[in-house]
Amino acid sequence: MTTLTDDTLPATPRAMRDEMIAFALMALLLASVPFTGVYPFFVMQALCFALLACAFNLLIGYGGLLSFGHAMFLGTAGYCSAHALKVWALPPELGILVGIAAAFVLSLITGYISIRRQGIYFSMITLALSQLLYFIYLQAPFTHGEDGIQGIPQGHMFGLFDLSKPTVLYYVVLAGFLAGFLLIFRIINSPFGEVLKAIRENEPRAISLGYRTDQYKFLAFVLSGTLAGFAGALKVFVAQNASLTDVHWSMSGEVVLMTLVGGLGTIFGPVVGAFVIIAMQQYLAGFGQWVTVIQGSIFVICVLTFRRGVIGEIAHYFRRSL
Amino acid sequence: MQALYAQLLVGLINGSFYALLSLGLAVIFGMLNIINFAHGALYMMGAFVAYFLLNLGGINYWWALLLAPIIVGIFGMILERTMLQWLTGLDHLYGLLLTFGIALIVQGVFQNYFGSSGLPYAIPDELKGGMNLGFMFLPIYRGWVVVFSLVVCLATWFLIEKTRLGAYLRAATENPTLVRAFGVNVPRMITLTYGLGVGLAALAGVLSAPINQVRPLMGADLIIVVFAVVVIGGMGSIMGSIITGFALGVIEGLTKYFYPEASNTVVFVLMVLVLLVKPTGLTGRAA
Repeated sequence: MTTLTDDTLPATPRAMRDEMIAFALMALLLASVPFTGVYPFFVMQALCFALLACAFNLLIGYGGLLSFGHAMFLGTAGYCSAHALKVWALPPELGILVGIAAAFVLSLITGYISIRRQGIYFSMITLALSQLLYFIYLQAPFTHGEDGIQGIPQGHMFGLFDLSKPTVLYYVVLAGFLAGFLLIFRIINSPFGEVLKAIRENEPRAISLGYRTDQYKFLAFVLSGTLAGFAGALKVFVAQNASLTDVHWSMSGEVVLMTLVGGLGTIFGPVVGAFVIIAMQQYLAGFGQWVTVIQGSIFVICVLTFRRGVIGEIAHYFRRSL
Repeated sequence: MQALYAQLLVGLINGSFYALLSLGLAVIFGMLNIINFAHGALYMMGAFVAYFLLNLGGINYWWALLLAPIIVGIFGMILERTMLQWLTGLDHLYGLLLTFGIALIVQGVFQNYFGSSGLPYAIPDELKGGMNLGFMFLPIYRGWVVVFSLVVCLATWFLIEKTRLGAYLRAATENPTLVRAFGVNVPRMITLTYGLGVGLAALAGVLSAPINQVRPLMGADLIIVVFAVVVIGGMGSIMGSIITGFALGVIEGLTKYFYPEASNTVVFVLMVLVLLVKPTGLTGRAA
């Protein structure tokens, strides 16, 4: 059985240095966006999806588990944050916490159920669970069905930052994204992350070495789901609504596509993939359903010719870890 | 009581589609080690081919029942030859991703030309009307769908479990290299198997065309339910797929009568319960 990434370099000081430089460049680039005249709403949206894709990548790229239901964490956190902000009138920081907590609880439950099966079954189970939640949200009164929760107040973060100002909101979203990204980066390079990679490469061997692989996979699932929920909570402030599209299976598919395009199991790949796919949707919005066809074609092309993704190919070419 | 019987019948019909589709998924998974995400899209294509045959070629339902699975099956075999075969030896998930992409392409193209609304497909004259069974009124076409699907399912079971060809197939599932050493053309068998699985999906599509309208997204949500059916039943046994498919359809129908709010979700809830009690699925062995 071939593995996902054939060239996993050990975490050498050089690899760490490369990654830190790349991270600093990324942070600098993103921090300068408001001065460049790029439409900040587009970048904020892409950042939310980038965080979601990074969280998803933690599970597939390092745990080898393909979740086809990550939209359920995005959507659940979004709905709960939106409800807390609008109906309970909580301040933004608590609204985000409510969303994260909801995603955490959901990932505990869904993780407990889905981790019981391996490989292809795991993907089908996560997809079915997210479809179950989709139908629940479709009928639950607090989500307002097809309309979604609209007109969510943005409020003042910590009572200081006025989130209705685009530039302030941008930096808050950026700070959230970078915090989530660093946490994932830390997880990947921790002893826990190393065990996870070992399980991905050869699970029977990891078991024979005495690791309780199910517990590691469960923890990875919960971390990934909770971080995906963080992305969903941030997205509420950007989009100012929470709707059924965020829980739909096509959203789960898009996250998979972003990560695949950027590079499964690469640190920066999901970020690049998210920007590529969001930009593509933005520019091709006028083509109607052809966007779906194009997305499908990208899937096919990536799987057949380009399995390492953009960042994966670059990293492979320069023999660096990115 | 009339309403209960009516919902039971609807359940049996949905169960027929679940059985035909999960049967195809199981057969394909056995040979190709791929979960065919495009199964729903190919089911939809079956219905559309029947629609085109009738409206463009004047070819009636009975011929469509034969031709649509063949046409879609050939399309599937082309997919297998040009794309899927290159995935041999790779991780399972690439098969899922590739077929997901194919599903998006097929559904997107049809949505472009036909929107999201349904196209009508008339019930053939021979199967119009209904009969009074005493306790309920049975529309003949619906009865036909259940009986015909059951026959096709059992024929497929017979083909795989009881014939010489099926024996080759099962042997190749267990150990393709060894079967090849005996002079059997395994790659061709894999292509034909994919064609067979896809043909079953297309057949389900033709059967459903007069009941549910012909829509580009008719297979998109269905395939997710079928995935849950497959998780519940496991893909290890052909008969298991058939029985689970029909049983879940009936349970769904009963839910529509007793607690309609849960009719969309009951299959998924059952999947969760089965996973909690018996993680390997009802007929499955430990992986």
